[in-house]
Amino acid sequence: MDFRFSLEDERFRTELLLFLKSDTPQPMPFPGNMTDEQEWKLTTVIRRKLAEKGWLTMNWPKSYGGQDASSIRSLIFNEEMSYHLIPGRDVFGSRMLGPTLMIYGSEKQKEEFLPPISKGRVQWCQGYSEPESGSDLASLRTQAEDMGDHYLVNGEKVWTSMAHKADWMMLLARTNPTVPKHRGISFFLLDMRTHGIEIKPIINMAGRHEFNQIFFDNVRIPKNKLVGEEGQGWYIAVTLLDFERSGIDYAAHSKRLLDDITGYVIKAQEAGDHRLSKWWINDLLAKLYIDTEVATLISYRTAWLQSKHIVSTKEASMSKVFGSETFQRVAETGLKILGLYAPLTSEDDHSALSGRVQECWRYSFMNTIAAGTSEIQRNIIANRGLKLPRN
Amino acid sequence: MELSFTDTQKMLVTEARQFLKSTWGPSLVRKLEEDAEYYSKDLWVDMAELGWMGIVFPQEYGGAGGNLIDLCALVEEMGRHLVPGPFCSSIGLVGLTLLKEADNETRCRMIPKLANGQITATLAVTEENGGLNPEDIETISVRENDHYILNGIKLFVPDAQNVDYILIAARTGSKSTNISLFLAPTGSDGIDIRAHKTMSFDAQGELRLVNTQLPLSSLIGKFNNGWPLVDRALQLGTMLKCAEMLGGAEFILDKTIEHLKQRVQFGRPIGAFQALQHHCANMAIDVEGCRYLTYQAAWSLDQGVDSQKEVSMAKAWVNEAYNRICTLSHQCHGAIGFTMEHDLQLYTRRARVQEQLFGETQFHVEMLTKNIGSLKRGSL
Repeated sequence: MDFRFSLEDERFRTELLLFLKSDTPQPMPFPGNMTDEQEWKLTTVIRRKLAEKGWLTMNWPKSYGGQDASSIRSLIFNEEMSYHLIPGRDVFGSRMLGPTLMIYGSEKQKEEFLPPISKGRVQWCQGYSEPESGSDLASLRTQAEDMGDHYLVNGEKVWTSMAHKADWMMLLARTNPTVPKHRGISFFLLDMRTHGIEIKPIINMAGRHEFNQIFFDNVRIPKNKLVGEEGQGWYIAVTLLDFERSGIDYAAHSKRLLDDITGYVIKAQEAGDHRLSKWWINDLLAKLYIDTEVATLISYRTAWLQSKHIVSTKEASMSKVFGSETFQRVAETGLKILGLYAPLTSEDDHSALSGRVQECWRYSFMNTIAAGTSEIQRNIIANRGLKLPRN
Repeated sequence: MELSFTDTQKMLVTEARQFLKSTWGPSLVRKLEEDAEYYSKDLWVDMAELGWMGIVFPQEYGGAGGNLIDLCALVEEMGRHLVPGPFCSSIGLVGLTLLKEADNETRCRMIPKLANGQITATLAVTEENGGLNPEDIETISVRENDHYILNGIKLFVPDAQNVDYILIAARTGSKSTNISLFLAPTGSDGIDIRAHKTMSFDAQGELRLVNTQLPLSSLIGKFNNGWPLVDRALQLGTMLKCAEMLGGAEFILDKTIEHLKQRVQFGRPIGAFQALQHHCANMAIDVEGCRYLTYQAAWSLDQGVDSQKEVSMAKAWVNEAYNRICTLSHQCHGAIGFTMEHDLQLYTRRARVQEQLFGETQFHVEMLTKNIGSLKRGSL
């Protein structure tokens, strides 16, 4: 066992940190202190810069415009980007759709869709969840009917992150309602400018617009935008689950939030603030520090398995559950520590850490639900990992 | 980065598991408890023949020249099978301390015999106040002519009743850190050892020192400056305790899964019920945390750098996680797990005692808060 990163990987980390320092606004405003529009602008600017460095799709093979970076190298990239709260990465295009097309896409689809992703010129969104299909995704009802030279899509999607900014959507729709539910789904690439798409914003509990509800009214998709075979969609979608799922983002966000709180407490203690000079505060901070260390180690181990091409489904789910729940505990504990100051937003003159803790706490309800709830992850750990019988 | 065992370590673990499965088990642990014995001499001899006591010592002392990861892996297997005996005390607490700090004569006299299991030893630090800091040590050693005279009472000394030698931490000066280490044969005049009676029948004892005379050569390391040695020995001992607990935790998870697959209620194996599946998922996450925090501590210690932070994170986590695992396992086992007849209780009782040894959770959390700034990473 060796818990150190290789010299080359450490050199990469240094290069990345120098880049972040010189090429991104520092200090980076907390996400809660930017409007949605400001954040989106920053996202597009930094995304282009990341693309120039080749980092946006570093995990891709060189032949597709990537750098053949190992899972460990990607882990470091994602760890630092998340820790330093840098916008600009593109989860849907580079981490999900790209690798999927490389396996299932036609040569024409790869030619058309991969370069814009690695150049940072396109925003993708994921059309999976529906009002009646959350954890039971395979029950989805949005229909794509074969009309001979095209498919006709009717139905609705929900919780579609970034759909309002997206150029394209990876869409799961039912092409055959007569076969068992997993076998009647197909995977499409849908141009978001197509006639018949209506997008309605959903404002989340943190007051932000990320989610959307999408309505499809006789939306035409050309036949060449079907990925793989008709009816293969579910299996294409689940392959995606095992890509680059180290969970480091949850761990790094937890570490950063905890560091911000710890830093605030230390400063207050040094200034002789009695309210924050309590043994139980330091005690809670140290215990959470151990939790963030565990979250980090589990995600390192997951990435390490992936770098050896060993199936890491169980580890990836553990990392997701533990990392997202750790973030909740950090935010929750942060509120307890800040006491009466906890609810104050950045707009209040007396706010602590620019209202960051309450903002994170409001956000913290998302990640134990999104991308597979904690309960679904625990099912995966028990069934696929520990081989307990299925219910 | 390399987050798995080497092939050699995998072989070591497989061999250890096969050997312990065939020669040791819960029935023998029960027999020890019934006979009020603290360990099996037969098993000890077998382990010595397999070269386990020598695994971490250099070849010049008859060892195998292994590292702390090898030792950690072996102790994990011992923990899995509830192997009793003064292994960690002899090797981790005393052997590695002598190797680092004893003079050449002592090293040549002691280490080959520790490495082949011929002699056993332990370290006595804790006293009535139960503390693990230098200021907690009240046992006194005074030099008189050509010997030292020791007086004091040590409590909770691991394996005190099982060993041939004890390395004693005693106060030799007025500053709180003025501690020195003395190596004494347990048969010396003025040494009285009694076994503690604990709920898990683990080996801990009381050591009474009444005008105990030791030769000048019994001093190990620097006079008045022995605390760094104690500190490192405790870090090693804590890491090995974590490894032992990790082994137990893994075993309990495996046994729980086995039970859930076999036990049928409502017409199906109860492992198909989500409530119990989620208990197991939580146990698996806890085990994963135990494993990598423990090996991170072992790796850090093996690098020879100060590892208090890594060690304290590991013990604080393993303490809580292992006991959570035992509690959930009881819930999964139902009534049968609450009986003396079932093996689960052997682990549960030990887990609770192991939690207290080498620093309970709060002790290690406080170690971390001593330098709260070290828990925070710098900004860009």
